[in-house]
Amino acid sequence: MLDTAMLDATILGAVLASIVAAATTLLLASLGELVAERAGTLNLGVEGMMIVGAAVGYATAYSSGSLLLGTLAAVLAGAMLSLVFAVLAIWLATNQVASGLATTILGLGLAGLIGSSFVGTRVDAAPALAIPGLTDLPVIGPALFGQDAFVYASILLLIAVTWGLARTRAGLVLRAVGENHAAAHALGHPVRRIRTLAVMFGGACAGLAGAHLSLAYTPFWASDMTAGRGWIALALVVFSAWRPLWLLGGAYLFGAVSILQLHVQGFGLGIPAQLLSSLPYLATIAALVVISALKRGQGAPASLGVPFVPDR
Amino acid sequence: MRKILAMAVALASGAVLAGGSPIEARAAEKLKAAWVYIGPVGDFGWTYQHDQGRQAVEKELGDKVETTYVESVPEGPDAERVIEQLARAGNTLIFTTSFGYMEPTLKVAKRYPKVFFEHATGYKTAKNVSTYNAKFHEGRYVIGQIAAKTSKTGTIGYIASFPIPEVISGINALMLGAQSVNPDMKIKIVWVNSWFDPAKEADAAKALIDQGADVISQHTDSPAAMQAAEARGVKAFGQASDMIKFGPNAQLTSIVDNWAPYYIERTKAALDGTWTSTDTWGGMKDGEVVMAPYTNMPDDVKKMAEATQAAITAGTLHPFKGPIYDQAGKLVVKEGEVLPDKDILSMNWYVKGITDTVPGK
Repeated sequence: MLDTAMLDATILGAVLASIVAAATTLLLASLGELVAERAGTLNLGVEGMMIVGAAVGYATAYSSGSLLLGTLAAVLAGAMLSLVFAVLAIWLATNQVASGLATTILGLGLAGLIGSSFVGTRVDAAPALAIPGLTDLPVIGPALFGQDAFVYASILLLIAVTWGLARTRAGLVLRAVGENHAAAHALGHPVRRIRTLAVMFGGACAGLAGAHLSLAYTPFWASDMTAGRGWIALALVVFSAWRPLWLLGGAYLFGAVSILQLHVQGFGLGIPAQLLSSLPYLATIAALVVISALKRGQGAPASLGVPFVPDR
Repeated sequence: MRKILAMAVALASGAVLAGGSPIEARAAEKLKAAWVYIGPVGDFGWTYQHDQGRQAVEKELGDKVETTYVESVPEGPDAERVIEQLARAGNTLIFTTSFGYMEPTLKVAKRYPKVFFEHATGYKTAKNVSTYNAKFHEGRYVIGQIAAKTSKTGTIGYIASFPIPEVISGINALMLGAQSVNPDMKIKIVWVNSWFDPAKEADAAKALIDQGADVISQHTDSPAAMQAAEARGVKAFGQASDMIKFGPNAQLTSIVDNWAPYYIERTKAALDGTWTSTDTWGGMKDGEVVMAPYTNMPDDVKKMAEATQAAITAGTLHPFKGPIYDQAGKLVVKEGEVLPDKDILSMNWYVKGITDTVPGK
């Protein structure tokens, strides 16, 4: 009993817009983590950095009345928390998995503390920014060009990361550090400094993703509001075989299936809701496994997760 | 993730609590009371309201009590350890506030016969374990009527968490209320399989609105759906807390959980030594189910809602009064009868008029 309304262009546009918004949080966070991992550091603190970004971003925006200031604070907060991780994992060469988990636990606690006096308040959502000419297009207009600044930022960031990693000297050095840190060190590259910067870029992106949640998607603060999205972002990086463009596909596929399953439920087709809820995960895993299988030889950066201690 | 966090919290609180020597509370001494929460106190929903109740106890009884809480405790083995630690630390009254804490609470209660336990939303009691719950379906019946009066499309959107009896009976009560006004009301139900995931709740609200629902009701804990309704210009009902700030033009009312009267009464009983194991299911009459101000609706709808609320409070109207038919058209509750409490507490079927099926059935 599909409603004919489903075919309505404005509704289709609204559904697509929801998908784009859902995918944006994941894309922002996973792009940052991808850069950190390509430089050889596995940071499991994404969830923690994201929630701290959400809390600090909200607190700043609420107090100052400026969404821009809030967003900048979120980016800075994410980067600062990732610096704590970087000091532990890169400069003190501690176990990266343990340090990353500690970062997430710290972040969740810290965010709860920062946000506690803001529970039950709200801010106005980040406004949709129309692009003259394009926003009025049917269906894809509202979906792609009627979005808030976070969505446009995620696309610009994707282009920058893709191009930066593949086509710039800095990207080449970053990849070299991730593939073989001993060789990069021998060539005179400051391995630990580069890794620190990459991790901080990841933290900044996670903070931005958090701000997207607390300032645009659901503009309020509540503890644990990231609800595990940081972990999904981490998983997407692995499944995308550390490639930005596949990451885009993964994030949008995940977003699409998670929105569409809600619509399928609304139509009352009698498919168990529990199965539908697991579909985004299943679909993303299946799609990315297939892509990975088709194109071999693009595994993890060779030095990923290995602490670097320069021998003098 | 929550698991890891809760473990850390549990370890930390254990370390702190272990510092004091475990003592049996005597009547003259300060009563130590503890709360175990499923979510963070900052969720602005279920856990937030329980914590408001805890704070009301502190305010009311002042120096006579000392309260603590542990938040984000996952249901299952972790809960047992947290509850045990609280008992060992000298708490003599422990409230466990989620359905899944039922077995852990009973287990720990057996080992600490002198500690009083209070388990929310469960159905098993023991000599030192009481259960308590609130009749939220009373509020759902009222909002069902409001929805039927307010909706132009004739479709209510319902964001549901998990297919457990409490949620199912809420959907049914809302539908019965709606049908009492307009027998042809339709409902679209979306399960998000979570109590608290703001972004997903917002997505669900948007999906329901896109499919033609113009009044949104939720049985999840965040104000995200209310905000989504406000942004899209449709109406919505808040959950657990008054969410008017999140939907100044959208909120019709909220079903507010008010645990304070119960918590104060039980803590006093523990202080006086009059505590006994009870099974309490309070509703509007007891002040546990409170309706937020009726807003954004015409006066006649408001009057109707107030009259219904008054009738339920007075006991003259029961949301599950007969005749009630199930989806197959079978008469479940006869005319002039009401569905017994135990059947409401174990409800796993939809009433006639809901075209969806109960997940997993």
